[in-house]
Amino acid sequence: MQAVAHMNTTKSEQRMHPRKFTLILLMVGMFMLFAGLTSALIVRRAEGNWFQFELPVQFIYSTVMVLLSSLTMWLAYRGAKKDELQTSRLALLATLIFGIGFVAYQYLGWLDLANRGVFFVPANGGENGMVSGSFIIALVGLHLAHLLGGLIFLSVVLVKSLMFQVHKKNLLSINLCNTYWHFVGALWIYLYTFLYFATQF
Amino acid sequence: MSNDHGHHKETFLSKYVFSMDHKMISKQFLITGIIMGVVGVAMSILFRLQLAWPDSHFPILNWLFGDKWAPEGRLDSGFYMGLVTIHGTIMVFYVLTAGLSGTFSNLLIPLQVGARDMASPFMNMLSYWFFFLSSVVLMSSMFVETGPASGGWTVYPPLSAVAEAMPGSGLGMTLWLTAIILFIVSALLGGINYIATVLNMRTKGMSMNRLPLTIWAFLLTAILGLLSFPVLLGGGLLLMFDRLAGTSFYLSDIYMNGIGAMEQTGGSPILYQHLFWFLGHPEVYIIIMPALGITSEVIAVNSRKPIFGYTAMVISLMGISVLSFLVWGHHMFITGMNPLLGTVFLVMTLIIAVPSAVKTFNYLATLWRGSIRFTNGMMFAIGLVSLFITGGLTGIFLGNAALDIALHDTYFVVAHFHLVMGSSAIFGMMAGIYHWYPRMFGRMMNKTLGYVHFWLTFISAYLVFFPMHFQGLAGVPRRYYEFNILPEFAPWLDVNVFITLAAILGGIAQLVFLYNFFSSMAIGEKAVQNPWSANTLEWTAPVEHIHGNWPGEIPTVYRWAYDYSHPDSDSDFIPQNVPDKGAPEEVSYEPVTPVAPEEKETPERVMFWGLLKNWLGLTKA
Repeated sequence: MQAVAHMNTTKSEQRMHPRKFTLILLMVGMFMLFAGLTSALIVRRAEGNWFQFELPVQFIYSTVMVLLSSLTMWLAYRGAKKDELQTSRLALLATLIFGIGFVAYQYLGWLDLANRGVFFVPANGGENGMVSGSFIIALVGLHLAHLLGGLIFLSVVLVKSLMFQVHKKNLLSINLCNTYWHFVGALWIYLYTFLYFATQF
Repeated sequence: MSNDHGHHKETFLSKYVFSMDHKMISKQFLITGIIMGVVGVAMSILFRLQLAWPDSHFPILNWLFGDKWAPEGRLDSGFYMGLVTIHGTIMVFYVLTAGLSGTFSNLLIPLQVGARDMASPFMNMLSYWFFFLSSVVLMSSMFVETGPASGGWTVYPPLSAVAEAMPGSGLGMTLWLTAIILFIVSALLGGINYIATVLNMRTKGMSMNRLPLTIWAFLLTAILGLLSFPVLLGGGLLLMFDRLAGTSFYLSDIYMNGIGAMEQTGGSPILYQHLFWFLGHPEVYIIIMPALGITSEVIAVNSRKPIFGYTAMVISLMGISVLSFLVWGHHMFITGMNPLLGTVFLVMTLIIAVPSAVKTFNYLATLWRGSIRFTNGMMFAIGLVSLFITGGLTGIFLGNAALDIALHDTYFVVAHFHLVMGSSAIFGMMAGIYHWYPRMFGRMMNKTLGYVHFWLTFISAYLVFFPMHFQGLAGVPRRYYEFNILPEFAPWLDVNVFITLAAILGGIAQLVFLYNFFSSMAIGEKAVQNPWSANTLEWTAPVEHIHGNWPGEIPTVYRWAYDYSHPDSDSDFIPQNVPDKGAPEEVSYEPVTPVAPEEKETPERVMFWGLLKNWLGLTKA
């Protein structure tokens, strides 16, 4: 399949790798999913009957985790480009750990919400504007699903790196992983900022 | 396998079933689309029997649907709604989105841009199989005990969100949602591939301003799909949560006999409409734009003239694409929308008339004083222009909030969209099938049968949909089961009989097409390589399908696709791969941007600059 994709480009200029381009288009689609749902939240909230609550403090820790993981991902990619395999592997491992840390803090955040009576399926059927909790958990949950995909991708790249398959001349997988990981990170920053303002004002 | 790659042996499964060849996948899309189309059209004729003769009994209905859905040969009212819903779903998504875009984007994008195949043939194959699976799931919903989804193809909550709302809101609705989610996956996989192929895999010399208009239309259609289908996916997921998990995104204050009937409250059913129509309106352009692209090509080829206003055509396609995202509210004028917001949607909607008019005037100007050849494809392309104008005019009525409030949910709306995007897009698809049949199957379709098909279809389309305008103006509502019990609508029963008879005529016309389509594969006259004397690259490939499209080098492009009747040429067409007279063999027409040595492509540079340069047509080819 890839052979076919390259056939055209051998003769003329090598353009962007088709898989990279495909990934970018997929990310555009994913962004539209979240853009649609955050717009939905604005529309619903404007109708009133909306329960306001503070976001759990654990989401701030999640944000820190995602920022740190993006930094280590960048180090891992830079290491691979310079053939510093050990640095690259360690940084990939750190990214994986920070990523798992993000998931853990998400879970703790949801527990905190539950302790305050905010559930995905409101206990009272959505009276008193409790539907706000459903919106926020749906958004955060969908993001988590995308990030879990990133964690699987990251694990694959780490294993490849351990098998000496990620280096200066074989950068595609780590390049794609790098792009996707920064994307889910940026998506979280967008969501957190959005939800912060949506729950404060 | 005359190509220099892929010497693997093909089995029946890899060649015909799990094929990764774009030409075979396009045939798979087309034939699945035709089968779904037959089902969708048949459904419409069957439920029109009920509209024309509400009290009559038809043994054929009992034979088809049994005692449960057609007791004594009269359609059950719930099942009538189910047929209306599934007819709409099939025609909009399965025939005119997948059947049209899937077929022609797959066939033409690699062949017309000069590529061996799609950017990812594997994803392309997946796209078809998700579509197939989705079709199977949708059709299986016809056979569940409680019947298929019945709340209309837009599946508004609460009918779609509360499983007990009506019989079709149960398992049938769950299957509908599952089918649509699979369909969205298919559309995204296909669309991403189309965009990647057009932007990344054009042959040498094929700059963006030399692309045939078909490719521009397919590219912009795929971009619309990429931006709008995920939003429907989000809306569909929330609906699934309401149905299966017990959330209340869309459910609010449902009372029956003064008692709160639902535990789930606090949601907003209008929210669903916003999410749905944010896809739903671009969706109608996803349907019509490929048909317009096909028409541009067919009209230029058969007028033996360059398309009039190439740049204006591209810009109007872009204009339609951008505006399509700003007008979804015109489907919701009666939801209690803020009048100011309604006015914004109204103005945006009316502005769409401008690029649409540019396109129709350009078609007419291309035809003007052309050496017109009335091939079957050309007839359907001209038919599209006619239907597009007729249906488009009523769009100006419906775009006005004040008029729409009266006309909403009447037959006026049914008439409008069946003409402007239903029949038009079907005509575009037919134009494409007749025009590219020799390219797909290596044989010609029967011309006489093609004319019979065209005239019967064209006449019946107008006979079916034109009278509906008058019904709508008189306030006859859509989706009603029996009109004879409401005396104010009784005078329209005769019109319903007339429309149903015309619809049956239209159905019979499609049998002519089906016979012609399938029999020509075996007994049609053998096609020559370029039967229409066209310029585009697909006609430079051999008649026999080979993996990789061209046996040797991929052709280089030296000119745009519309050099017909060029004064400097002896022939009345100059294919895109023919160099200018006297020009050296290997000449580059693009400006070459010098690249400093230290600026060689790192992956990031390829990513940003490659994309930008591609878009600007600056890529050194």
